[in-house]
Amino acid sequence: MRIVKLHKSNLMSFLEEISQESELWAPVKKYEDKHIFKNIEDFDQIDLDYTRTILPPKKLLFPPSFRMYEATPKKFHADFSHISKKTLFGVHPCDIHGLLIMEQFFKQSYEDPYFSEARKNLTIIGHSCWPDEHCLCRSTQTHIVEEGYDLFFTDLDKNYLVWIGSSHGDDLIQLKPDIFDEDVTEKDIQQFMRWREERDKAFQSEIQFEAMPDLMELKLGDSVWEELGEACLACGSCTSVCPTCNCYNVRDNPVLGKEASDITRCWDACTLENYSAVAGGENFREKKSDRLKLWYTHKLQAFISKYGKPACVGCGRCVATCPVDINIKTVAQSLQGEKVDAFWRRLNQEVTQ
Amino acid sequence: MNTTKPQSIKTNPFLPEPARIVRTYDLTDDVRFFQVRIADMEKALSFRNRPGQFVMISVLGAGEAPFSISSTPSRPGLLEFCIRKTGIVTDALFRIKENDLIGLRGPYGNGFPVDNMVDKDILIVMGGLGAAPLRSVLLYCLDNRDQFGRIILLHGAKRPAEMIFRDEFLSMKERDDLECYLSVDEDDSGQWTDNIGVVTTLFPKLESIDPANTYALVCGPPIMYKFVLKELVNLHIPKDQILMTLERRMKCGVGKCGHCAIDYIYTCLDGPVFTYWDVLHMRELI
Ligand SMILES: Cc1cc2nc3c(=O)[nH]c(=O)nc-3n(C[C@H](O)[C@H](O)[C@H](O)COP(=O)(O)OP(=O)(O)OC[C@H]3O[C@@H](n4cnc5c(N)ncnc54)[C@H](O)[C@@H]3O)c2cc1C
Ligand code: SF4
Ligand code: SF4
Ligand code: FES
Repeated sequence: MRIVKLHKSNLMSFLEEISQESELWAPVKKYEDKHIFKNIEDFDQIDLDYTRTILPPKKLLFPPSFRMYEATPKKFHADFSHISKKTLFGVHPCDIHGLLIMEQFFKQSYEDPYFSEARKNLTIIGHSCWPDEHCLCRSTQTHIVEEGYDLFFTDLDKNYLVWIGSSHGDDLIQLKPDIFDEDVTEKDIQQFMRWREERDKAFQSEIQFEAMPDLMELKLGDSVWEELGEACLACGSCTSVCPTCNCYNVRDNPVLGKEASDITRCWDACTLENYSAVAGGENFREKKSDRLKLWYTHKLQAFISKYGKPACVGCGRCVATCPVDINIKTVAQSLQGEKVDAFWRRLNQEVTQ
Repeated sequence: MNTTKPQSIKTNPFLPEPARIVRTYDLTDDVRFFQVRIADMEKALSFRNRPGQFVMISVLGAGEAPFSISSTPSRPGLLEFCIRKTGIVTDALFRIKENDLIGLRGPYGNGFPVDNMVDKDILIVMGGLGAAPLRSVLLYCLDNRDQFGRIILLHGAKRPAEMIFRDEFLSMKERDDLECYLSVDEDDSGQWTDNIGVVTTLFPKLESIDPANTYALVCGPPIMYKFVLKELVNLHIPKDQILMTLERRMKCGVGKCGHCAIDYIYTCLDGPVFTYWDVLHMRELI
């Protein structure tokens, strides 16, 4: 690991250099306080003053919908044409952790060539962030990141401290070696330490994840699940916005005027009604409460037992997104026996009054 | 701009192999037998599976679905399936004619632990479509007859006409190295000479079994599990020697799409064969 310094005035020229070789993707303001990762045509669009994007960057490696292959009567043609060289700039630590979890998942046992190929073609440049009231990443230990990036920029007023995380990252520095300052001074280090300390204090939400596997097991029959199931709209938004949700469906889309089909992979959500339906009209999880249990068992119990960490990187997207406040925070709080102020709770109280 | 051409993708687990339908005929009103050969001869001959594994079969314009391999790896070259007509993919399969091409990829799943079953007595209990995966292991054991102890087959169907592989199993009754018991819930044909009653009525007919030395393999409709498992436990067969195959929605077969997940178990990778012990310890399994 090597750390260098970049004066902020040199950022754009560096990004310009990078975009010669690959598409540049960065946060852009979509409306009001909503940001998205977007392919940058105009550098002025880039807005690094953001907390979380609507969709996590998984969409670059695992697009919401893409053709896996074309099927014809006699042959199957694999299709990788949706993959291109990309650089993702401005991604926060929690999202880098999300990409790492995805990578581990898609590469284990049967390696997914679509994911791996896209990952090989992706350069990741991280950027420091400041938590808002929804961020839970300190509880998930994903507020800092030590791997999974090529470069990482920490914003210190006039300068960036730049962590070089891979040999490819070093190649990027060599594109414009003059603008990077090897001399990180004691003053810079002090400034960085102060920034770290203040940021640590800025977190407002805390969850005890270590207790969750046992709490999930103990409270599986708890009435709170019925309460959550009553309120859930089965809209699937929580799944789309979660950086660690990887479920998908496969469609056979016949091509017009040709004896062929596009075999398409598209995002699916276990919170949707037909997710677990099988032949004979049997549906293993017809009830919304059962599907929510599946989601939270995966995040808070199963993944922890298998990998020693939750399948949650604390990005706060489910907190900011669910229209009825069903999210990792309110569910965990209620499992912990805390008082919860959430729409689903208020709804239930009003109904039973 | 910048479109990449992957040079080095050696294996793409999602890409099917073209395979030819060699022969089909009806087993019952809504279940059909399919004999399939992978079009590439070398691949056809090098295809190896364990009994109890499944493949993903695709039909152009309809999609893809999982099906158990009904044939035994001890007779390589051709793959056999019995398939019930129930929806989009299976309807399309029923429209397909001999010599037509389909897509096939696999084999997937754990299959039956045939190596652990060596020297043991094998008790197979099947009902309805449960015959599909269990025929594979039955034929495998018969083809390697000297590796196993007693082989006992219990097969139940609603009516004689609905008994899958009826003629094949009836002719097996002649064998003296297999204890074969067949039963129908009711006989509307007037020609049934075997047992009448649900499959559990066959249990009293068994000669006494040595439970610690027995592997029981069960597959059938959910209602059958309920009663058969009780009988097997009464016989004192250890719960981790009672094997069953489970059905889940599957969209990939290789542990990626998430559809078959139960807790941290992926039915397509860790199953579809589970022991009764597993089942008792996992919520939602059946
Ligand atoms: C490991 C394994 C092995 C199997 N082996 C065999 C076998 O050997 N033989 C065999 O015949 N079958 C087998 N099956 C079952 C087989 O995979 C299904 O019958 C097949 O997927 C049905 O596909 P389809 O497109 O024809 O039906 P679909 O069009 O998917 O519909 C089938 C039925 O499922 C229900 N359904 C499907 N999708 C939905 C939805 N979105 N919402 C609500 N309901 C829905 C409907 O009620 C419909 O009747 C196996 C399954 C597994 C998992
Ligand atoms: S939990 Fe919330 S976001 Fe998720 S499906 Fe239910 S209503 Fe939609
Ligand atoms: S569960 Fe919620 S907070 Fe955790 S990673 Fe998913 S969207 Fe982010
Ligand atoms: S079938 Fe896709 S994960 Fe098991």
